[in-house]
Amino acid sequence: MENNVVLTMRNINKNFPGVRALSKVDFTLRKGEIHALMGENGAGKSTLIKVLTGVEEFETGEIRMAGCECAIVNKSPEEAQKCGISTVYQEVNLCPNLSVAENLYIGREPKKFGGIDWKTMNKNAKALLESLDIDIDPKKAVENYSVAIQQMVAIARAVDMSAAVLILDEPTSSLDDGEVEKLFTLMRKLQKQGVGIIFVTHFLEQVYEVTDRITVLRNGELVGEYETAKLPRLELVAKMMGKDFDDLAKIKPEGVSKTKAEVLIEAKELGRRGTIKPYSLQINKGEVIGLTGLLGSGRSELARVIYGADKPDTGELFVNDEKVHIKSPREAMMRGMAYLPEDRKAEGIIADLSVRENIIIALQAKRGMFKRMSTKEQEEFTDKYIELLQIKTANRETPIKQLSGGNQQKVILARWLLTNPDFIILDEPTRGIDVGTKTEIQKLVLQLADEGKSVIFISSEIEEMLRTCNRMAVLRDGQKVGELEEDELSQEAIMKAIAGGDR
Amino acid sequence: MKDKSLVRRITGHRLFMPLVCLAIVLLANLLRQPDFFKITVKDGTLYGYVIDVINRGSELVILAVGMTLVVSSSAGTDISVGAIMAVAAAICCFILSGGQVSVNEYANPYVLGVVIALVLGAICGAWNGFLVAKLRIQPMVATLILFTAGRGIAQLITNGQITYIRVPEYKVLGGSISGLPLPVPFFVSLAVVILAYILLKRTSLGLYIEAVGINPKASRLVGIKSSLIIFLTYAFCGLCAGIAGLVASSRIYSADANNVGLNMELDAILAVALGGNSLGGGKFFLMGSVIGAYTIQALTTTLYAMGVSADQIPVYKAIVVVIIVSLQSEELRKWFKKKFATKKVVESEVA
Repeated sequence: MENNVVLTMRNINKNFPGVRALSKVDFTLRKGEIHALMGENGAGKSTLIKVLTGVEEFETGEIRMAGCECAIVNKSPEEAQKCGISTVYQEVNLCPNLSVAENLYIGREPKKFGGIDWKTMNKNAKALLESLDIDIDPKKAVENYSVAIQQMVAIARAVDMSAAVLILDEPTSSLDDGEVEKLFTLMRKLQKQGVGIIFVTHFLEQVYEVTDRITVLRNGELVGEYETAKLPRLELVAKMMGKDFDDLAKIKPEGVSKTKAEVLIEAKELGRRGTIKPYSLQINKGEVIGLTGLLGSGRSELARVIYGADKPDTGELFVNDEKVHIKSPREAMMRGMAYLPEDRKAEGIIADLSVRENIIIALQAKRGMFKRMSTKEQEEFTDKYIELLQIKTANRETPIKQLSGGNQQKVILARWLLTNPDFIILDEPTRGIDVGTKTEIQKLVLQLADEGKSVIFISSEIEEMLRTCNRMAVLRDGQKVGELEEDELSQEAIMKAIAGGDR
Repeated sequence: MKDKSLVRRITGHRLFMPLVCLAIVLLANLLRQPDFFKITVKDGTLYGYVIDVINRGSELVILAVGMTLVVSSSAGTDISVGAIMAVAAAICCFILSGGQVSVNEYANPYVLGVVIALVLGAICGAWNGFLVAKLRIQPMVATLILFTAGRGIAQLITNGQITYIRVPEYKVLGGSISGLPLPVPFFVSLAVVILAYILLKRTSLGLYIEAVGINPKASRLVGIKSSLIIFLTYAFCGLCAGIAGLVASSRIYSADANNVGLNMELDAILAVALGGNSLGGGKFFLMGSVIGAYTIQALTTTLYAMGVSADQIPVYKAIVVVIIVSLQSEELRKWFKKKFATKKVVESEVA
């Protein structure tokens, strides 16, 4: 083994039923290096991490760690930790009601006379946090701190237990810019101490800001290992997607002629106590309306009362100038609406059902229980959308839970497109999805609008909204505070509107 | 290579383990009872231990069908089915006897008694469904109400007496007809299974039930009325209990509020589990539950055939159930696999 290498994975193969998840993948991590693991959804990033940490077994291949004579096979995350490999996941695994110190030393508390030595524990915790420049009180409960701080505590804990390899799986997705910067400072500090860090992320910017090397995977195969400084951004994206990349910014046709708009949906003082204050909104045919605002500003809630996912308690709703009372999602569907929810796992996919069943279920529900679609019809529809949206699945009977996040999202999209809606609400359709699929979904949105359908598009990424939306409604603290017309749309204007002025 | 994939396809089939369990229980009988599989023909009707299992297992099969759907849609169990059986039996006998303790002639038309019994069974189920689906009470707690009150209601109906219907035709439902090779209860259970199958597969009800069981929130957003589906499964389960109650009552041509369907709710839940269904709801296999029901009945019949006394049977049943359930346990299988694998590695290293 080379001198400064801490971890090598060679020729790793792993199959899932019907899918080759990893094929002859090599990975090398050096001492004191931040190494990005990149790839589209379904490329095999998560699987590689799971194989490394013992969550999943692999079939053939070899994992070696510096300092170990023979190859190691981890059977569980605990074993991996003993070998010096720690993982910090996107969702922080801490006990919120315990103190920072308790969380740091849970399961390995310093003992004295058979009991826990609180004094030493708090002292050690303080020293550990100070060494990493994390300025918090170890005696306070973890829940008092922001997600970012919690993540750092989790990292501190991981590093203290075993300091050779640290895996950060999408650590930045729920952090704001300032917090990300703090996290990076911590990562650089650990890097100087000689820890090898594997950084899994979707954010290109962050990769170029903090990493030394990039390993790219595609379809379970290794594309290559590159030095970050020598790999231009566009080339990276091309390598991830395996094709030349048409510029993201160019998908929206410039200067769309504004036709005389016909109003499809009109909300008048529609609201629901506790979630969204009464608002008015007009949605025209063939228009994409963006809802923007900070997380928890009421973006999703605004859309949910239109669809009947939450029952509005004030105001009126008009569809095609006809006053309607929508009390349930079913009634909204019957009026030609569709809703792709924000939380894909909790409200979107029906995990154990097949891709086919997940696709046809909305149309089936719309047609009614006693008008069962024939198996042939179901299969035809499914195949059509698998082809149309390029859904990567072993076959149409694969349970949806075995698909990668992006492909699951495509299935949910297919489900709604199949019902041929006039009005579709897309709540964070591109969250946690790779760049390629993102562009595809954005294109699809514009295509839908082109066909005369109306779209509500909700996203945390302003750039994405700028590329797709004709008009934007701005929300703040559960209230619609304004609208921006097409010619007013710019990153700066939106930021200002969200923040509430120039302050 | 091809053989291997065929073997794997058979062993990987979801009904494989339930069928193996049934086979094991049946074959175990051969050790003690060489004539277990012997079937004799009398007047065109078949007799034997196996026929007895098919006959006696009918009520359990009927209950298991209803229970499967309840488990699938609500991830809960209906523990009141045994009591609902007693209620259905009681009302049927009450109507047919016209309120008397023992009759030799129907006081009211037979059909009237049957229909009202089934309606009452469905109403009991609907009550459970209302509590679970509308008031969102935990299924175990919601059905506990009728579990305890059901037999009391049955006592009220029969006025605390065992009501006898000494009419030959009343015994037909639980007996046999000459010329028919198998007992009537088997055909009743067959009819229920076929009816359920058609209802589930010819309409999209089966898909809805699974969807609601797996993710009620997502199901609501795609336009499925989750609470209606859950309500329907409980009502159907009550109807099944009503049918089972009628069969059980016909066997003893009476309504015994204390003993009709006693402890059968637990056997029904077990049948669902033995059939490879997750009690956590979601995907279900109707045939698995049916096989599970016969497995339990085969076990009971076996134990009786071996001369185990009725009050000791639960102990032996428990032992066998533990074995069967662990055979189907994914964790245990993994554990064995690991053991086996490490052993192999050691052997190959030695070699």
